[in-house]
Amino acid sequence: MEHTEKIQIISSPEIKRTLYRLSHEILERTPESEHIVLLGIQTRGAYIAKRIKKIIKEIEKVELPLGVLDITLYRDDLTTIGPSPLVKETKIDFDIDGKVVILIDDVLFTGRTIRAALDEIMDFGRPKRVELMVLVDRGHRELPIRADFVGKNIPTAQDEAVEVKLKEIDGKDEVLVTKH
Amino acid sequence: MDQWKEKHLLGIKALDRAEIETILSLAQSFKGISQRDVKKVPALRGKTLVNLFFENSTRTRTSFELAAKRLSADVINFSAAGSSLSKGETIIDTIKTLEAYHPDILVVRIASSASLSILAKHTKASIVNAGDGKNEHPTQALLDMFTVKESKGTLEGLNVLIVGDVLHSRVARSNIFGFTKFGSKVTVCAPPTLIPYDFITIGVEVTYDFDTAIKNADVVIMLRVQKERQNSAFFPSVREYTNRFSLTPERLKMAKKDCMILHPSPINWDIEISSSIKEQVHPLILRQAENGLAVRMAVLYLVGTRKRRI
Repeated sequence: MEHTEKIQIISSPEIKRTLYRLSHEILERTPESEHIVLLGIQTRGAYIAKRIKKIIKEIEKVELPLGVLDITLYRDDLTTIGPSPLVKETKIDFDIDGKVVILIDDVLFTGRTIRAALDEIMDFGRPKRVELMVLVDRGHRELPIRADFVGKNIPTAQDEAVEVKLKEIDGKDEVLVTKH
Repeated sequence: MDQWKEKHLLGIKALDRAEIETILSLAQSFKGISQRDVKKVPALRGKTLVNLFFENSTRTRTSFELAAKRLSADVINFSAAGSSLSKGETIIDTIKTLEAYHPDILVVRIASSASLSILAKHTKASIVNAGDGKNEHPTQALLDMFTVKESKGTLEGLNVLIVGDVLHSRVARSNIFGFTKFGSKVTVCAPPTLIPYDFITIGVEVTYDFDTAIKNADVVIMLRVQKERQNSAFFPSVREYTNRFSLTPERLKMAKKDCMILHPSPINWDIEISSSIKEQVHPLILRQAENGLAVRMAVLYLVGTRKRRI
């Protein structure tokens, strides 16, 4: 019989504190907050980006431009995974030329999603810098990509799954690791 | 989202409601790409699409070509005029020759109904129907449904009126299959000579009275009078047809305020629709063309990114 065990790695209050810390780190790196734009990767990255925007508004009293990125059409495995995955909305209704783009996702794993996101961003313009913020870095990179801002490093085995749950879609905030 | 399993898109008749919904929701996502500065995504990079048009068409072919290019596919246009077909090569031989180029998608327009499934046997590529005789024109119906859904929010419970040359119209057939799958009520209106006798069996109402029918309609699809398909007299004169079946300012006034007027284009002004109401009806018809691009991108994406056979 298959046995699955789910362990909570980050709790709801911890997620809140982590996002505050990450917001401060972003501002610390780029104090000229008017240059910063936020891009969240669909789906959970987009919700995290929304929260970062809110926190930065609280801290700095600035309204940062916020966009969402769906990387499906830029995936490197579109014809091997089949059936065709759903394409969600990409919406960047501001200029990213010369901006500091904070790319936001929930989990950093192989790095392939981020590769796709970088390609998509370049189709929208030429930012000054792109910095990566993730809530969880679980390792096992397959590409030379690293995050600039990390909520928590969680060493995992390949066959473990990291699940980020967010109030907006999952009803509660937590990060779980599932062991098989 | 329901997973897409079809290799080809041959018609609306064979699709189920969930599959149509998949296409329409994808098209929504694709619409945004055409509004970007760089109007191209790499989804079909390295794929080859052949536009294989045994019948003339500029709009549909251009729309498919651009849809494919926005998805980064390579496109070859092959039309009957000026090709080996005019030198006597058979259609099957043409397909087999093209097969040597290993195309991934064939977008086919052909004069005879039901020949697409025969063609499918001679190619490994996915076939997308761009109009087969009087049978179906699935992407036109999909873009009509998309346009209606975009404005009305739903396709359920609508009164859809299709006016004109229903007999020769693959657009009418595909739309009937499509809209009825969503619980819309479809009525066709035309001179009796232009309504197929078996239409009653596919779940549509038939009327010959445009003035009455337009009052209830939420959507009116005006069909083009297809002069090229009529080798015998189906109506006495254009003037008589226009009197009874043209969309005039008077008839437009009888329609509901939010009634949508669609037309597959190209329009014969003053035959199907009075040119005096061009300003009122043309913007929506032009939006159909814009939506057609998004819908075709969605279709090409779905058939083009199916799991590769190894």
